[in-house]
Formats: sequence, C-alpha cells, structure tokens
Amino acid sequence: MSLITPEFGLVFWMLVVFGIVFFLLAKFAWPVITEMIAQRNKYIEDSIQSAKDANEKLNNIKKESEKILNEAKSQQFQIVHEAQNVKDQIIAEAKKQAETEAAKIIENAKSSINAEKENALKDIKVQVIELTLQLSEKVLKKQFSDKQSQEAFINEKLDEINAINKQ
Amino acid sequence: MNSIKNSIKNCRFLWCILLFLGLSINAASANEHNSEEGGVNITEIVFGHINDDYNWHVCTINDKHINIPLLCIVKGQNGWDVFCASKLHEGGYKGYKQSEEGQYAGKIVEVVDGKEVRPLDLSITKNVFTLFLVAAIMLVLFLGIAKKYKKDYLATPSGAQALLEPIILTVEEDITKACIGKNYKRYSPYILTVFFFILITNLIGIIPIFPGGANVTGNIAITFVLAFITFLFTNFTTNGHYWKEIFNPAVPLGLKCPIPIMQFIEFLGVFTKPIALMVRLFANMLSGHIMQLILVGLIFIMGSLFGAVTAYGVSVISILLAVFMDCLEVLVCLIQAYVFSMLSALFIGMAQERPEHEHA
Repeated sequence: MSLITPEFGLVFWMLVVFGIVFFLLAKFAWPVITEMIAQRNKYIEDSIQSAKDANEKLNNIKKESEKILNEAKSQQFQIVHEAQNVKDQIIAEAKKQAETEAAKIIENAKSSINAEKENALKDIKVQVIELTLQLSEKVLKKQFSDKQSQEAFINEKLDEINAINKQ
Repeated sequence: MNSIKNSIKNCRFLWCILLFLGLSINAASANEHNSEEGGVNITEIVFGHINDDYNWHVCTINDKHINIPLLCIVKGQNGWDVFCASKLHEGGYKGYKQSEEGQYAGKIVEVVDGKEVRPLDLSITKNVFTLFLVAAIMLVLFLGIAKKYKKDYLATPSGAQALLEPIILTVEEDITKACIGKNYKRYSPYILTVFFFILITNLIGIIPIFPGGANVTGNIAITFVLAFITFLFTNFTTNGHYWKEIFNPAVPLGLKCPIPIMQFIEFLGVFTKPIALMVRLFANMLSGHIMQLILVGLIFIMGSLFGAVTAYGVSVISILLAVFMDCLEVLVCLIQAYVFSMLSALFIGMAQERPEHEHA
C-alpha cells in the first residue's frame, strides 16, 4: 500500500530540503536569535540591578543631604547666637565707653568750670581791688573830719570785704 | 498528562478510521448504485488528496480539471529525463507514463518490453513543492528575524519577531532545556528546526487551496526522515553509558545472562522509539486530512444517494462539523509539532543521561 511505503523521491527531497534548512538556520538563525535574546535578558537584568543601585545611592544622597542640611541649620543657629552675643557685647562695650567718655567730658567740663570760676574770682578780686582803690580814693578824697567815723567806716568796709572773701 | 493526550489522539484516529471505513463502504455501494449516473467516488477523492501527485489538482469546474502541472525528474533506462507533468495526461513522454493500476498505481513508470518498470523518480511532486515552500518560508522568517535581532537586540520585538519570540523561547526553555538538560544548547537548533518545520507544514496542510492543502506531514516518507534524523541524533551523539544501558542493563542477572531478554527489549527500544515518532505524526495528520475530506464529501455522498435536498440538509451539519474539526485541527497542528519535538528531545535527553542522575 503506497500510503505506508516511503517514496524514495520524497525521502530524497525531504533529506535535501530539511538538511539545507537545518544547516542554514542552525548556522545563521537560531544561535543569533537565542544569543540576542539571552543578551537582552542580561541587559534587562543588569539595568534593573543598576536602577536598584542608583536608587540606593539616591537614598544615601538624600540622607546625606538631610544630614548636611541639619548641620547647616544648627550651624546657622550657632552663628546667629554668636552674632547676638557679639552684638550684646558690642553694645555693652559701647555703653561702657560712652559712660567713660561722658564721665571724662563731665570731668573736663567741671575742671573748665573750675578754671572759669577761678578766672572769674581772679577778675572779681581785681575788680574788688580796683573798687577798693576807687573807694579808698573816694574815702581819702572825703575829709576825715571825724576820726572815729573814719575808723568805723574803714572797719565796716573791711568787714564787708572779708565777708565777700569768705563767701 | 502526555499519555492522556496521546490516548485521546489515538482514540480520535481510531474513530476516524472506523468512520472512514464505514463511509467508504457506503460510498462504494453508492458508486455501484450510481455508476451510470456519475456518482461520487469518495475513496478516490480522499486518496487522490492524501497521496502525493505529479499534478496539483486545484479544483474541478463543470468536469474541467484545473491542474497545476509540476516538474517530473526521472532516471530511466536512457538516463535522466525532465519534463512537465502535463505530458502525463497527454499520453506520456518518451515511454514514461502514469501507471493506472497494479503495484505502481499513480506513479510514473517506464514501459520496457511491455512491462512497467519504475525509474528513479526525483520529481517535484505536490509534497516536494510544498517542502520547497516551507523551506522558503522558514528561511525568510527566521533569517529575517535573526537579522532584526542582530541589528538591535534591545528593540521591542515587532511583527513576526514578536509572534515567534515567545514560541522560540517556549521551545528552547520548556522542551529542549527541560528534556535534554545541561547539554541542551547542542541540540537546540535541531529541536527548533523540527518544531517549526512540522508546525508550518501542518498549518499549510490545512489551508484548503493551492499552495496549501498538501498532505505532507501525513506522508510516511516525511515523518520517516524526521524520525530518522532524531534516531541519528539520539544514538550517535551519546556516550558509552547509553550503550552500556542497552547491552548490560542494571537488572537482575537472570534477566540478561543465559537468554538476553533485557538486551533484546532494550535494543528493540532503540528502534521502536523513532518508529513511534514516525507513526504518531503520520497518523495524526493523515487522520485530520481524511476527516475533513469525509465531512465535506458526506454532502456529495448524500446528494448522490438521496438527491439534492438531502445534500443541502446534510451540508449544514457537515459544515458545522467540518468547522469544528478545522478548529481542532489547528490545535492538533500545534500539538503534533510540540509532541514530536518534545519526544525527540526526550529521547535525546534519555540517551544523554549520566549514571549519577539515575541514582540520584
């Protein structure tokens, strides 16, 4: 029965055709395809791994940046605090200086006042002396008719001068 | 799982044969009955289809056969001769003609001294033509996608590549790697080629019109060659362990010493495995083709037996059944390709196995 007897021609062609197809595909198609798929799989795996690594790094960087930020904040606080201190100190110093300056000025003023006063007193004395001289002139011009009254007058004037001096 | 699948297949095959036998008897009687009225000879139609042919019969319109003649290449008594197959219908060519009956019915014979002698026949028949077609499809497909991969293996697979990549991976991972084991890379090209060869040939076989429809994988010559290559791979790429298992198996001494029972069985197994492969694919694909033809032929048998009205009635059922069978056949095409490549891989893998695997 021809149905179950292999025909030689067909066997021959099948061997030839299948052989050629097998040879060509085994040489140029299958290795390339499977190799490329394997490479792609590897690439995807690597990519996922590197993405994971990058994520981890990013997290680390985030943590680090937070740390730096916190440090900066505390530093800022410290700096502000220090500045405050410095300010207070400067103000205090300025106050002190101002006080001493003021005291000095007052002292100077006092001494100049004293000097002025002295000068004034000197002037007054000179004036008193002049006045006395004028007075004495006037007294001398007046006739000492009465010796007693003369004496009394001189005394009185002297007392007055003394009183003025004492003041 | 596998055995269930196979037993289902076998049942279907049996059922087909029964139905086929029953119908051919019917058809035969119908033929006798209607011989003068020009009835339907379903056996002739079915065998005309499932057998190889020199002419590709496309269809018949009003008793006019539309044939695509193929190339005949024969080596007879006077050397090689090449001629167009249409010559066979015109009464032969240089003493070659198509034998009508007897041992070489349907084949090209050379008439020498009034006797029919079979020349060396390497004609491009329907099946050979389909083989060329399949080869061309496979080369274009796979060399094409290999080029695509080479160009940019990171690109998203597109077109045929996207369709075939998961199939290639399944064959590679689930068949070759799973069945052969660590040496699988060496056999992977063969298993892939066999899988896609059978799959594409099967699928082309169920397309009813030219250039499809040839019963290639349902031809014993084709499955013989495929099984033979698996046989070669199984037996000639193995190691001493495999032959030791056959000629000195690890069984009680009584089973192998005076009378070599086990050796005989094991040795027989070397040949029954590829024969099982050969017959399984052949029978399954053949039965599918016969089934389709009968379901469609039923319409015409009924028509010739009981008249046109019955034929129209039957056609509804026939077509429904044929559509169902065709759907099943698409599945069978895939399953048979899968089973053949898986069993090939399994046989190769079994021959590859090392002693320590067995004890483990």
